[in-house]
Amino acid sequence: MTAPVLAAQRLEAGYGQNPVITGLDFTVPPGRITAIVGANACGKSTLLRSLSRLLRPAEGAVTLDGTAIRSMSTRALARRLGLLPQSPVAPDGITVADLVSHGRYPHHGPLSRWSAADDQAVARALDATRTAELADRDIDALSGGQRQRVWIAMALAQDTDLLLLDEPTTFLDVAHQIEVLDLLEDLNRDRGTTIVMVLHDLNMAARYADHLVAMHAGAIAAAGAPETVLTEAVVERVFGLRARIMADPVTGKPMMLPLGRHARGTPHPQGKADQT
Amino acid sequence: MTTAAPPLAPTATRVAALRRARAGTRLRRAALLAGLLAAAVALTLTVGRSVTPPLDVLRVLAGQDVPGATFAVRDLRLPRAVLSALAGMSFGLGGIVFQTLLRNPLASPDIIGISAGASAAAVLGIVVLGWSGAAVSVLAVTAGLAVAALIYLLSWRDGVTGARLILIGIGLSAMLDSMIAYVLSRAPAWTLQDALRWLTGSVNGATADQALPVLAALVVFGGTLIARRGTLEAMRLGDDTAAALGVPLTRDKALIVMAAVGLIAVATAMAGPVSFVAFLSGPIALRIAGPGRAPLVPAALTGALLVVLGDFAGQHLLPGRYPVGVVTGALGAPFLIYLIVRAHRTAGGRT
Repeated sequence: MTAPVLAAQRLEAGYGQNPVITGLDFTVPPGRITAIVGANACGKSTLLRSLSRLLRPAEGAVTLDGTAIRSMSTRALARRLGLLPQSPVAPDGITVADLVSHGRYPHHGPLSRWSAADDQAVARALDATRTAELADRDIDALSGGQRQRVWIAMALAQDTDLLLLDEPTTFLDVAHQIEVLDLLEDLNRDRGTTIVMVLHDLNMAARYADHLVAMHAGAIAAAGAPETVLTEAVVERVFGLRARIMADPVTGKPMMLPLGRHARGTPHPQGKADQT
Repeated sequence: MTTAAPPLAPTATRVAALRRARAGTRLRRAALLAGLLAAAVALTLTVGRSVTPPLDVLRVLAGQDVPGATFAVRDLRLPRAVLSALAGMSFGLGGIVFQTLLRNPLASPDIIGISAGASAAAVLGIVVLGWSGAAVSVLAVTAGLAVAALIYLLSWRDGVTGARLILIGIGLSAMLDSMIAYVLSRAPAWTLQDALRWLTGSVNGATADQALPVLAALVVFGGTLIARRGTLEAMRLGDDTAAALGVPLTRDKALIVMAAVGLIAVATAMAGPVSFVAFLSGPIALRIAGPGRAPLVPAALTGALLVVLGDFAGQHLLPGRYPVGVVTGALGAPFLIYLIVRAHRTAGGRT
């Protein structure tokens, strides 16, 4: 299967009367990992929700392989595009296997029965997220990182080749963040899943994304390889934050050091010392 | 199974085994409830003002004419038991669907004013308009649907959230209750008896004609709900996740609410608003069936058990005779208080 192309054309979307994003054109690089970053309320979640049809655009359209997603049936779209919302709700007392089984919903009509193929899809999702040994556990009894892996497993059981995630690492400690991001990178490499995620942490975004999108005031401020997007000028413009960018000594990816008002230290290579 | 089917990955085998084990548990517990319901119905058929020997009851059910038993069993007790069970199923199923959809046990149709709407319309029809019979029932069903639509519209603000809908429903319910009280206080004596049934619910003088519309509603609306149980389960994951899984939210929510209201309204039109059955059935069924899934069938069976046993208690166990709604109301009120107290302790809980 060739990687699907998800794109937005002249997109305008928001809540109520005020559009959060206007006139936005964006194509998700197929088969790659894309991270969307930006300050709070810059429209990154709005973009993600529009891409996944949770939000109806006021203007413009989102297309999947050239077909407007509005014209597709909800089930047909859900078989091709998975989405993990920011804070999903787990019903009381549900087990891991039952939760992950919900991912099979779009593959069933009202009358079709659960099949061995469904069991296999659930098992693949559990294995891929290393949650198989938790299958009979109550979701409330898991750690934050485990729980997030289970939610990703549910989205995986949907068997889509596109996966959108809204801040999948928020509320996780740093070890669990890495665990989740490593898992997403595995999925991208092993299954060729196209991944789009909204991330808060710029360094994580630069480290894991092939394609970085920086949003500001409802528009794309910069997009491209992390090396070209994560620059001091872009951070200043998008976040209004003075920062220093250097190469990560291990991977060579760009790494940001926020300065703030109180940071003192060695003179900046480009000129005057950072003083408050 | 292990030799004939293609070999599965170990995890898939385990997933399948877990799923079958849980399905087995659910089935056993539903069967237990069904058995209890059958026993309760058998009890009400056997015991009345006089006790009919079980063998005579069976012979009457088989169509034989047993002197001294046929009238009591076939014409009095059987319609009453059937109406009780069917109405109870409707209340139980309608209640659990609302509670599941709005993710709150307080969101039951008898708390948020849908039953009160049906009652108010019926009382108004009987006392003010002088209607009776089928016209009153139709009016009650229509009013139940209208009140549900009104609650939905009043609580709409970029979608509907559980907490706002519940509070608006409770407010509306209080208004409707006071309207019922006002109309009853002005009712002439000859309509009072007929109108009073709409206050608490009763299966006194039940006939097969009353049970038939309830059965039809159960088949149509109950069938719709059972067929959409997968959608209802997906909706428990929250609107965003359900939409991401491919649930057509707006359409299916409307369909599910309409079907649940239809169940409640028809049962209310035939048996009156049997207090708190819709509210109690879901939480009780959840404790019996275990967590994880919305217990639709167990809640329907629990509702039936509550009405059948409540009616039996009201008729034969308590001093004097009470309509079934008085008994279920006495059970439900303390539970309502318990839930509200607990909801406040957990700072509002999940709404």
